[in-house]
Amino acid sequence: MSEPQRALSAGRADAATPPADPAAPADAAGPTDPAAPAAGRLLELTVTDLALLERVRIAFSDGLNVITGETGAGKSLLIDALGLALGARADPGLVRHDAQAARLPLLYSSYPITPASEILHELSRYQRLGVRTFQAEDEIAAAGVALGAAFAGSLGVTGTSGPGLALKSEMMSLAVMIELPMIIVDVQRAGPSTGMPTKTEQADLLMAVHGRHGEAPLPVLAVASPADAFGTMIEAARIAVKYMTPVIVLSDGYIANSAEPWLLPDLETLPDISVPFVTGLGGEPRFLPYRRDPETLARGWALPGTPGLEHRVGGLEKEDVTGEVSHNPANHQHMVMQRERKVAGIAAGIPELAVDADPGAGLLVIGWGSTYPAIFAGVRQARARGAKVARAHLRHLNPFPRNLGEVLRRYPRVLVPELNRGQLRQLLRAEFLVDAIGLNKVQGMPFKTSEIEEKIVEMTRP
Amino acid sequence: MTDTTSRYTRADFQSDQEVRWCPGCGDYTILASMQTFLAEAGLDREKVVFVSGIGCSSRFPYYMSTYGFHGIHGRAPAIASGIALANPALSVWVVTGDGDGLSIGGNHIIHAMRRNLNLKVLLFNNQIYGLTKGQFSPTSESGKRTKSSPTGALGRPFNPVSLALGAEASFVARTIDMDRPHTIEVLRRAYQHRGSAFIEIYQNCNVFNDKAFVELSGKDERLVNRINLEHGKPVVFGANGERGVTLVGGSARIVDVAEVGVGALHVHDEHTPDPSAAFALSRLAHGPHGPTPLGVFRDVQRPAYEDDLQRQIGDAQSGRGPADLAEMIRQTGTWAVN
Repeated sequence: MSEPQRALSAGRADAATPPADPAAPADAAGPTDPAAPAAGRLLELTVTDLALLERVRIAFSDGLNVITGETGAGKSLLIDALGLALGARADPGLVRHDAQAARLPLLYSSYPITPASEILHELSRYQRLGVRTFQAEDEIAAAGVALGAAFAGSLGVTGTSGPGLALKSEMMSLAVMIELPMIIVDVQRAGPSTGMPTKTEQADLLMAVHGRHGEAPLPVLAVASPADAFGTMIEAARIAVKYMTPVIVLSDGYIANSAEPWLLPDLETLPDISVPFVTGLGGEPRFLPYRRDPETLARGWALPGTPGLEHRVGGLEKEDVTGEVSHNPANHQHMVMQRERKVAGIAAGIPELAVDADPGAGLLVIGWGSTYPAIFAGVRQARARGAKVARAHLRHLNPFPRNLGEVLRRYPRVLVPELNRGQLRQLLRAEFLVDAIGLNKVQGMPFKTSEIEEKIVEMTRP
Repeated sequence: MTDTTSRYTRADFQSDQEVRWCPGCGDYTILASMQTFLAEAGLDREKVVFVSGIGCSSRFPYYMSTYGFHGIHGRAPAIASGIALANPALSVWVVTGDGDGLSIGGNHIIHAMRRNLNLKVLLFNNQIYGLTKGQFSPTSESGKRTKSSPTGALGRPFNPVSLALGAEASFVARTIDMDRPHTIEVLRRAYQHRGSAFIEIYQNCNVFNDKAFVELSGKDERLVNRINLEHGKPVVFGANGERGVTLVGGSARIVDVAEVGVGALHVHDEHTPDPSAAFALSRLAHGPHGPTPLGVFRDVQRPAYEDDLQRQIGDAQSGRGPADLAEMIRQTGTWAVN
């Protein structure tokens, strides 16, 4: 839409018109009678997602502006947009159809639980952004609503703490089976059971990675700080829709109750999380819901309401490609492997693990989640006392960054501080056969930097 | 019905899947009734979604050529709620059973009713666990001897219609598998109702609980026992309408019409806001044993949840227009670092 840059000045609208939004009533734009005497001048027109116009911004010059362009370029739409800005009644059919592809509507479904409830409270204030929140009757329903919303084309998100994650487990296995995107946020607290609900802990990691019936791998991410939550949630959404998989995001009570300065992001630079919904048969005689993208192994996402793509999903094992219910032994093994490969393959698209290392460091301190600031400061203090040490922090806990094994083997000793009894350490030992040492604390409190510092000094003492 | 204008036939709603219920199962007739209804109503396949849980009835979505979601045990109303919230233009149907819907999924059913999302819940009640081969269910009669209750089931069963009325359902009906015209009519009424609809469908399990509903389906028995609820009409039944129902002190009682006179009979009103009379009618039979009402107990208008939610969002966005994310994150507590 570069053609119609010069516009016939309407010359009638109120002065200093704000960018026109086609979905907005016009009362902000002043007089609604376009024939009123010129009290001012239209300075700029911005149109978003109106019919075929995706995003157009026109700055008008003084005097006469002329709109030219080929038939169908959208000249009349600009006039329509002006009308909408001035209060004309909007036809919902005019809203650009694939706008949904670029911006999934968010549905957050949750059951109140400490310390996750604040997410529900906060998002419930965002109706102006079109955010839908749903306070479900229980944890299971909260997950079910999110998954149902995903089936119908929303970004379905549910949030909880440890006891609720346990209750959602069956629904997550279903999401793994039917291969729909969904995000589950677990704001961890001290357990087991009700435990110490207002106190922090990192003891849900193994449940997040392994805690489902059947072979049900799914990606797991962890938030390192309040500010890091923004980027981690975007990464979770990116993975969920690209790979058609449920994603667990781990936070904890310490992060949930902390605050820190946050550099406001430049929204223009955020990753594009567009979804290529399946809209046609693509030459096949019928829709094949489990046909996979050869690169990501993700299946297609076809929304109810799309003619010709009617299909059934469900918890019963499905035949590859066709999606028919199948009890075939070889197919089941194949599908288990496909789901496993799909999740493992996410590693190809995530950054390599960065290491902050002193030259000649013989100790790697590796952590995840809310221990980030304590480890960061503990390492800095140990360095001030002469320790040579390397430091790394994991955001991706399943799959791990693809260079993690190489990083671990680079250092003779590996220290894993965690607010649990050694859950990441178990995962690292199991996958990489490294003799990782744990620094473990389960008091419902975060690490003190001195605790990390002393352990590093002890382990780096010549 | 508008057969002549419909673009579809029953076959258009049949999937290519082999139907795998036991021969003689009541589910076949309900499936046929549903497919007939959808064709007659002229619904587009792509706009219809069937959601189910686990159990014999929950295989239903696989046999429909619409969109379908075979969920997990008891949770279909939750999944269906998410679908309805995400796309209010869809026609969302929940297929569940007495175990799936009233035992493991009881919590979801009652909350779906109270919220009044635009869901149509079909509860196939065969008063037994069929898929797991014959344990008593929450609607099995007290004392029922099954594999898991060899000396008799303890406790009282649910009356699904009473339960739905108590859960603030805005539409409640009951029908029976063998009566296809009646089933189709009830489905049509439920479809036309904006909001949650609860339909109990008596469904014969000929393997594990055969003839549980013979008092309503048997050729002679049904003449004596079946009460057809009709809006605006006195509640009468029997071969010649010789029996009727009165409401005395809030309770429904069976009477001889000749004895009390037609004027004393209860006149059924589906639309009355107070559910008390509908509840009293639902208490006439527990089972079903003896005279049992079929038809629409209650049909009242109340805003559907998703319509109210849409209105809230519209209100939030009117005036200043939809929020801009960039503007919102800059609203409070920001400062410049130079």
